[in-house]
Amino acid sequence: MLSPQAKQKIDRELTKYPADQKQSAVMSALAIVQDEYGWLSSEVMDEVAQYLGMPQIAVYEVATFYNMYNLKPMGKSKITVCTNLPCALSGGVDAAEYLKKKLGVDWRETTADGNFTLVEGECMGACGDAPVLLVNNKRMCSFMSNEKLDKLIEELK
Amino acid sequence: MAEFAKTFDYGPDAIILKGLDGSNWRLKDYESRAGYAALKKILRDGLKPEDVIAEVKKSALRGRGGAGFPTGLKWSFMPRSFPGAKYLVCNSDEGEPGTFKDRDILRYNPHVLIEGMIIAAYAMGIAVGYNYIHGEIWSDYDRFEEALEEARAAGYLGEKILGTDFSFQLHAFHGFGAYICGEETALLESIEGKKGQPRFKPPFPASFGLYGKPTTINNTETFAAVPYIIREGGEAFLNLGKPNNGGTKLFSVSGNVARPGNYEVKLGTPFAKLLEMAGGMRGGRKIKGVIPGGSSMPVIKGDVMMSIDMDYDSIAKAGSMLGSGAVIVMDEDTCMVKAAERLAYFYFEESCGQCTPCREGTGWLYRIIHRIEHGLGRQEDLDLLLNLADQIQGRTICALGDAAAMPVRAFVKNYREEFEYHIAHKRCMVGPGGYSTRHVAESLAMAAE
Repeated sequence: MLSPQAKQKIDRELTKYPADQKQSAVMSALAIVQDEYGWLSSEVMDEVAQYLGMPQIAVYEVATFYNMYNLKPMGKSKITVCTNLPCALSGGVDAAEYLKKKLGVDWRETTADGNFTLVEGECMGACGDAPVLLVNNKRMCSFMSNEKLDKLIEELK
Repeated sequence: MAEFAKTFDYGPDAIILKGLDGSNWRLKDYESRAGYAALKKILRDGLKPEDVIAEVKKSALRGRGGAGFPTGLKWSFMPRSFPGAKYLVCNSDEGEPGTFKDRDILRYNPHVLIEGMIIAAYAMGIAVGYNYIHGEIWSDYDRFEEALEEARAAGYLGEKILGTDFSFQLHAFHGFGAYICGEETALLESIEGKKGQPRFKPPFPASFGLYGKPTTINNTETFAAVPYIIREGGEAFLNLGKPNNGGTKLFSVSGNVARPGNYEVKLGTPFAKLLEMAGGMRGGRKIKGVIPGGSSMPVIKGDVMMSIDMDYDSIAKAGSMLGSGAVIVMDEDTCMVKAAERLAYFYFEESCGQCTPCREGTGWLYRIIHRIEHGLGRQEDLDLLLNLADQIQGRTICALGDAAAMPVRAFVKNYREEFEYHIAHKRCMVGPGGYSTRHVAESLAMAAE
């Protein structure tokens, strides 16, 4: 079930570790398959376990511990907004409130059209650029004024 | 004044971030800034590993991740004649609220980190290294991978570096959303493909680290300081700062200042000067409190802070810690109860769940401050909070418990009247909102990106 492209990417990760430490690639393997499927079903996690030769439970442990893994389907765009203190002092909470109102959802909810899921984030290590948000984990958007939020939502629809 | 625009003005004393403009991060740019000259000097002059460590010791470089441990001393703990693999690990898992300095090194000057790690590997006789990068800064992870490819192609990484017998390979590893992995042994567990739960110490990583092998872990900024130390000498680096506090330090200034951003200054620079570099207080408002070293460190009152110098020893004397160098500035309109509540929530969210005092205690800290903030507090809650903090601090495997307890204690101690007002009047002392973001929208509109 793992696509050839995913396997190729995982194989590249495996070259980074000693041959008897394949489990070290589980973090990146899960990120790679999540990019493909949008979330981690137990079937997909089992595939990863088999591919890396590790117990399934050990894969579930990792997937449930790190909070950027999606354990259920998300909207087309998962938007994670940092509301931690340094961001809050520079408008992070205001940006989150604006998005909640605009999208008509609360934290961890998905819009009816399935386009957006809104998630409250913790420190992303970009406090100087507040308000900061992530789109599907990998794209960081900085200095998000209401106007820029409008534009982003329009683009992602 | 264009507030909030990304600034490359890191200050006149910058060495690590000197001359960067966002686009000159590639190998050829770095080489034109004397990049890899330190490595070449070591290999050309046949400097012995112990000479390199001696130079780092002389520089009084101290760990830039938070603990401030002397780097040269740490390197000397590594067993010299260990049979088998040893590992070098860089901690770029920057997630301590307020800290965003390592990110600028990774994206604007990645080769200074690579060179620093190669030199460290040489000094400790290590053949393989990993750089653990915060999962949230994915484009910077990608860029670091690209920089590694450049270094490999140029013969700085890999087998027989620059034609010598010294070999070192370096790889990038990404986190995926767990603050605790900034703790060094949790980070090692994470590289091993496990939950990031800290290990009990001892044994320390120098004897039992990654895959059970001797391992040295340093922060990004620590490694990034090494090429300068070798190139210009440990003495030169030491003289930039103060005795026992060598060199420059990156400070990430955030919160209610006009120009949030990174500033690289000599250790011992007055806080007032740093604040001035960050454009002063946003909207000219009054300073109320500063967390000088990342969210885990005790908050210091604004007026006290204005007379403190930014170095490890001065800040320790004032009752806090330099930590990661994250300076969170709060103005007079900030509700300190709300600020403490948000930080308490963070530690509650990020506790790994391994030790009961932290797993349960961080939740209690948050819930008690939450009820005070929401007008449901009781008179006895403040003593309860302090008692709880005592029950957590020093009773856990790693420092996350302390990191949750220390800020709460400092917030209550320094701003007790605000907590009491909240309990008595069921509302903020500073007006509605709690955060003074009135000027933010205006500032963002002006930001020219």
